[in-house]
Amino acid sequence: MLRLLQIEFIKLWNNRASKVLIISYFVLLTSIALIAAIKFDIGPVQFHLADQGIFNFPYIWHFNTFVTALFKLFLAIVIVSMMSNEYSNKTIKQNLIDGLSKKEFILSKLLTVISFALISTVFVFVVSMILGLAYSDYNEMSIIFSDLDFLFAFFVKLVAFFSFCLFLGILVKRSAFALGFLILWSILEQVVFGLLGWKVVSWDTAKHIKNFFPLQSMSNLIKEPFTRLSAVQNIGQQIGEDMKFDYHTYWYEFLIAFVWTAIFIYLSYVLLKKRDL
Amino acid sequence: METILTVNHLTKKFGYLTAVNDLSFTIEKGNVYGILGPNGSGKSTTLGIILNVVNRTSGDFSWFEGNTSTHEALKKVGAIIERPNFYPYMTAIQNLQLVCKIKEVPETKIQEKLELVGLWERKDSKFKTYSLGMKQRLAIASALLNDPEILILDEPTNGLDPQGIHQIREIIKTIAGQGTTILLASHLLDEVEKVCSHVVILRKGENLYSGPVDSMLASHGFFELRCGQMDQLQNLLEKNASFGKIENFNGTLTAYLKEEMDAESLNKMLFEKGIVLSHLVKRKESLEEQFLTLTKNN
Repeated sequence: MLRLLQIEFIKLWNNRASKVLIISYFVLLTSIALIAAIKFDIGPVQFHLADQGIFNFPYIWHFNTFVTALFKLFLAIVIVSMMSNEYSNKTIKQNLIDGLSKKEFILSKLLTVISFALISTVFVFVVSMILGLAYSDYNEMSIIFSDLDFLFAFFVKLVAFFSFCLFLGILVKRSAFALGFLILWSILEQVVFGLLGWKVVSWDTAKHIKNFFPLQSMSNLIKEPFTRLSAVQNIGQQIGEDMKFDYHTYWYEFLIAFVWTAIFIYLSYVLLKKRDL
Repeated sequence: METILTVNHLTKKFGYLTAVNDLSFTIEKGNVYGILGPNGSGKSTTLGIILNVVNRTSGDFSWFEGNTSTHEALKKVGAIIERPNFYPYMTAIQNLQLVCKIKEVPETKIQEKLELVGLWERKDSKFKTYSLGMKQRLAIASALLNDPEILILDEPTNGLDPQGIHQIREIIKTIAGQGTTILLASHLLDEVEKVCSHVVILRKGENLYSGPVDSMLASHGFFELRCGQMDQLQNLLEKNASFGKIENFNGTLTAYLKEEMDAESLNKMLFEKGIVLSHLVKRKESLEEQFLTLTKNN
C-alpha cells in the first residue's frame, strides 16, 4: 500500500503544475482564517465578522467544512489531470508493462484520493480548532467536540467527489474535456431535476429523486450553514419567515454518497480492464 | 530447457479484423528470438497481449510455466514497445526511480544501466528534452533495471538516424552476449539476422514458421560459380541430379542444390571434368530471401 502511494507521490510531486495547485489548495484552506479579519468600521456601523458567531463551537465545524469544500475544485483539476495524463503520455501502458496490475493502478489512484481527503480533513480540523479557540464564545469541552460529524461528512464528500473526477479522467482521457464534462454534468443534474418536476412527477418527488444524483448527494452531505447563523435567523424572524431547517446529515445520505463512490471506482476499474491500450 | 513463455492458440479480433489468428509458439531461455512480419501482421498486438495491455479474444499464454500471475511475471521482464513512454516532466533519474518502485527492485542499478546506454551525463535532464535516440536508450535502461529474464523489444530502431540505429544494435548485441533471452519484433530483416537464433514469422496474424533461423526453409543453399568456360559449366550442372534451378546472371552462375553437397567435392568434380573455377562460394539464402519466399508462397 505504501509502495502504491509512493509511486503516485513521485508522479505528482515532480509535476510542477500539480505541485503548485496542491500547495495553493492547502494555502487556501488555511486562508479561511482570514475571514476573521473582515472588519467594517464605518463611523457608527461597526461590523466584525468574527463577532457574529461564525466561529462559535460547534457551529464553526459546520461553517468551515462547508466553505472549505468549495476549494475542492483545485484538487479536482489535479486529480483529473493525474489520471488523463497517464493516457496522453501513454505512461499507463508503460506502468502496466513494468508490472503494475490494473487493480494496483486504480488502487494507487484511489489511495491518493483518500490521502488528499484525509489531509484536507485534518487541516480543516486544526484550522477550525485554532479559530474556534480564539473567537468562540463557548469553550467547554463538550461543546467543542459536539457536531464533529461535519468533519466526517467533509471527508466522505471529498472522497466521493474525487472518485467522480478519477472516473471522468479515465472515461474522457483528456483533462480539459473531463473538467468540461464535470461542469456539464452538474448542469445536467439541474436540468433533469427541472424536467422531472415540470413534466413527469410532482416537484416533491423530483426533489427526492434529485437526492440520488451523484453531485447532489455529495452536496447533501453538508448543508448550507448561513441560515443557521443567529444574525440571519433574527432577520428571518423580523420578516416573518420561519427558518427552521434540518442541518444534520442522515445515514441514508451517507449511504448514497458511499454507493456512488463505489460505483465510480468500480466503473473506472471495468473501463481500464476492458480497454485495449 | 526452461520455458519462459508459452503462447497457445492466441486470437485477437478488432471488430471484424483478425489481428492475431490462432498463434502458438514458445520461448525458451537463452535464445534470441525474432518476430518477423510485414507491417500490420500482428507483431505488436501479440506483444501487447502477452504484456497485459491488450485483451485477448481467445486462447491463452503463460509466463514462466504458469507459476505466477501476469503482472508478477512482468516484473521479471523488460519490455519496450514502439515508442518510449515516460513522464515528460521528470528527469531520467526520477523516471527510473519510479520504474524501480513499480518493479520492486532497489534503486542501486540506476547508475549502472544509465552508463550502459550512455546517458549518465544527462541523468538530470527532463525526459522531454531528450532526442528520440536518447529516449529509446532510456527505455532500454529502464527495461534492464531488474536484470530481466527476458528482454522484449518492439521495433527498437524505428525512426532513428543511422547513428541511433547503430547504438541500439550495439546495446542489443552486448545484452545478448550476456546470455539474456531476447524477443525482438521487427520488419527489418538484417537487424533480426544479425542477432537472432530463432524466428517466428507472422503474416496477417498467422504463424508461418517458428523455429531456428537455419532450418527455416528446407533448402541446402546454393553455389555461386565463375570460370572461363561458362556454357560448358552450365551444361554439366544441368545434367547433374544434385542441382535444381540454375541461373546465369552478370557472368555468375547461381546453382541451387537439391541435396547436400559441400564446396570441396563440387570443386573436385568440376576439376576432374576439366573445368577450373575462378570463383566458388557456397551460401545459404539470406533471411530476407527466405522471408520473402515464405511470405510469398503461402
